[in-house]
Amino acid sequence: MNGKPLVSIISAGMSKFGKREGLLAREIFSEAAYEAFTRCPKLNPKGDIKAMFIGHMGEAYEHQGHTGSAMADWAGLTGIPATRTEAACASSGAALRSGIYAVLSGLADVVVVGGVEKMTHRTTAEVTEYLAMASDYPFEQWHGITFPGLFALMATAHMHAYGTTEQQIALAAVKNHYHGSLNPKAHMQKEITLETVMASRYVAWPLKLYDCSLITDGASCIILTKPELASKYTDQPVHIVGSGQASDTIGLYERKSFTSLNATTLAAKTAYEMAQVTPQQVDLAEVHDCFTFAELMAYEDLGFCKLGEGGKLIESGETRLGGRIPVNTSGGLKAKGHPVGATGTAQAYEMYLQLTGQAGKRQVKDAKVGLTHNVGGSGATSVVHIYRSAQ
Amino acid sequence: MSTQEPFTIEQFYKFLGQQKLMAGKCLKCGKIHLPPRPLCDNCYSQDFQWVNISGKGKLLTYTVINIAPAQFQSLTPYAVGIVELENGLKIPGMIQGITQEQLKIGMELTLDFGACNTLQQWPQWPRYCFKP
Repeated sequence: MNGKPLVSIISAGMSKFGKREGLLAREIFSEAAYEAFTRCPKLNPKGDIKAMFIGHMGEAYEHQGHTGSAMADWAGLTGIPATRTEAACASSGAALRSGIYAVLSGLADVVVVGGVEKMTHRTTAEVTEYLAMASDYPFEQWHGITFPGLFALMATAHMHAYGTTEQQIALAAVKNHYHGSLNPKAHMQKEITLETVMASRYVAWPLKLYDCSLITDGASCIILTKPELASKYTDQPVHIVGSGQASDTIGLYERKSFTSLNATTLAAKTAYEMAQVTPQQVDLAEVHDCFTFAELMAYEDLGFCKLGEGGKLIESGETRLGGRIPVNTSGGLKAKGHPVGATGTAQAYEMYLQLTGQAGKRQVKDAKVGLTHNVGGSGATSVVHIYRSAQ
Repeated sequence: MSTQEPFTIEQFYKFLGQQKLMAGKCLKCGKIHLPPRPLCDNCYSQDFQWVNISGKGKLLTYTVINIAPAQFQSLTPYAVGIVELENGLKIPGMIQGITQEQLKIGMELTLDFGACNTLQQWPQWPRYCFKP
């Protein structure tokens, strides 16, 4: 656990996730920015912040592109360079990665990285269509394959190869809804039973309604600086000690394996090596549970268990709060919600709270090393970050 | 570089409309690309030749879609899968003429050119599907 800090997080903010009727993305983002600014009274936003990177997936939702400058505008930061990063559901994971590039380049000492998406004013059919845009058009979308469909194709292959069951997959929903019940900012704060998940209707067999993450409005951001400048702004920074990002074919169908995301394996390897951390040393993780099955696959690709044993790991209870390695204490994309562009930095927000002891009822005791895992599309992008508390 | 049809997805679908399943074979390294691409991702050659691919293959994985975008909603529930053809080439597509209970990983399927053209500006590609 000797990896040198790449950058330090000095503050973080997240809007309430949910159905935010009557609000535009920019207005929701200003809520996240306000929290990040007020948490860090020593920071002078207008003078100190030198750049901004904003993850945002789709202009179709609000007929609004050019979201980098729009968010800087509504955060009272007009003038600084502001850029939108787009990598589907990993858009703000990519924003975080870009922020690290900016700080390490020496061009910007203090950088805001964040993300936003406003989705709930659209119909399910519209959202299904917009999300599908992150997958291959000429062969996947063209032949009617939806986003849940792509993860269902992987789940079917995993069930066939390893004997993973629909029940094991459903357990990720039960766990994450329990965690969400402890998060006052989560979209869904109610526990659910295994029976509820199993009885819900199929969206794309074997995935059911309760296996899917939520269509949610929300925004998040974190503020990064050089490790040597962190103490100027806070006594309680969180260090990012590993960063990995990788890509894969845009079409799922071209890949060697349908039971593992190679982009995650590659990104994790880079991040673990940089951090000098092993999977066994990770105290908690926020993984990309866009579908329950994706959480099980993430356990395997991140090395929390062997390939094929994701089903057994969720059954063991070790990834539940109080277990060996709690996963998605925020409620994950499943219960906290998945405003796609906001998800990557919302995971980093949870890690900031956990590693500074501010996670309230869902606090993981003695959390020192955390990991976030943000996937774009069906796995053509994966971003992994490793965090260490300053104590 | 030959003066034949360009190695593009547009051309792949033009051939498909003529009931031909065609892939692009790199003349430098021999890699076969389905769909064809104008730049070999293995050796960066731009020289290819068209090769005919058999439509017979086996099902690698599948799902049944119940919630679909508007243009496919009238077809729900419909099965889609990824099929492995000769030379390890893989393509996804709808699977028709079969019940959900009959779907099985490893089963043999054949590509059907039963084109359903759609009335839209772009793209105007035919759709294939797989059948037992």
